Amino acid sequence: MKRQIPLALCFLFGIVMIITQFSPHPVSKSIYERVISGALIIGPFALVLATITLIQTHINRIQRRTEHWGYSFVVFAGLITMVAIGVPFGPENPIFVWLYRNVQVPMDATMFSLLAFFIASAAYRAFRARSTEATLLLVTALIVMLGNVPVGDLIWNSLLSLTGLDSIISQNGPSSARGWILDNPNLSARRGIILGVSLGVISQSIRIILGIERSYLGGGD
Amino acid sequence: MDLIGIWVAAFLTLCIYSFLYRDNPLYRFAEHLFVGISVGYGIVLSIHQGFLPLAWKPFWEAITFKDPSGLWVIIPIAFGLLFFARLSPKHTWLIRYPIAVLIGYGSGIAIPNVLRANIFEQTRGTLQPFGKMTETIAANGDTIPALSTFEIFGAILMVIGVICTLTYFFFSVEHRGPIKGLSKVGIAFLMIGFGSAFGNTVMGRVALLIQRVDFLMFDWIASFGTIFNSIF
Repeated sequence: MKRQIPLALCFLFGIVMIITQFSPHPVSKSIYERVISGALIIGPFALVLATITLIQTHINRIQRRTEHWGYSFVVFAGLITMVAIGVPFGPENPIFVWLYRNVQVPMDATMFSLLAFFIASAAYRAFRARSTEATLLLVTALIVMLGNVPVGDLIWNSLLSLTGLDSIISQNGPSSARGWILDNPNLSARRGIILGVSLGVISQSIRIILGIERSYLGGGD
Repeated sequence: MDLIGIWVAAFLTLCIYSFLYRDNPLYRFAEHLFVGISVGYGIVLSIHQGFLPLAWKPFWEAITFKDPSGLWVIIPIAFGLLFFARLSPKHTWLIRYPIAVLIGYGSGIAIPNVLRANIFEQTRGTLQPFGKMTETIAANGDTIPALSTFEIFGAILMVIGVICTLTYFFFSVEHRGPIKGLSKVGIAFLMIGFGSAFGNTVMGRVALLIQRVDFLMFDWIASFGTIFNSIF
């Protein structure tokens, strides 16, 4: 009851999803669409549970007066405001849209842009060309960065015209080199990784469906 | 309203950038507000774009006898409600049911799709250029020109890169002799791949930084003039 039924459910839903994708029969298509809708219905419940866990964590912080406990009220303020406006009036409500545009989007962009500063220190460590591999990484990253911005081509073209080599060497070198790197050696490495990961995903999925891999059931009986 | 929005966004932007000096109450305020707002936004979207149209609407139409076929949604709703068994220590094990359904569903949907999109398509993309070495005639009668020498070089490099990268991740044989050589070439390709990813990530983050600075300089500072004009 506690372990066998979940294993059977996992097997059933796994097999159904595989078979229905290969069969063009209307019944098979209908089952496939129903199962997809069913999974989309189950998903939001997990989000609600996650939110309850977040609320419990912050209530515990407030009760125990842990460090910076006062900020837990800020979390609640943000959460309650969005839910109180968005759930009854919908995501198209002007106040909800205003909060999204002027609070969430700017903070999201700023949080990610903050990484530009920290990535600079990471780049310093990564860009110390101490081995052939590190040099390759350094050179590729520099070419891709220069090729990404118009100033890269501008510097290249200016240097060519200054040295008089513009009749021999083609213009817009950094952007062309970037394009070639992304489309050839970079893509081949990505394809190698994708093929390896995909084989791993398939073998792991088969193990899960057949009940060999059971770690998702957790401990206990 | 727009002016207030600009000032709120500018205040929160500056709060987050204050972290560059050191951790401080303003940053912590913005950080916690971001968590609350983001979670709230996620809940609203999942309710209005997931639960209401997919579960509540068919369920309501079924119980009001408008469309009884929608009654099947009771099954996924029941499975979803089992997630809350996690809150009762005695019945925690019931959470395995919805998890098993989602895991089984995810695994089942992954096998054919990953096989098709990530294995067949990627292999086809790697080998396809070799079919264009000479001039060919398409099904509609158009002439497809042969690849240039440079493109042929790229196609050969692609195959070498894929094989060498896969060899690097192949641990069933010891990396000695020719396998070690192939694996070393695989590392070189991986480094080029990581370098490209790093370069693109840096540029993406810098683009975001430019966008935020642009907002502060041209939207926020420009709003000072609007306020000044409205007062005087």
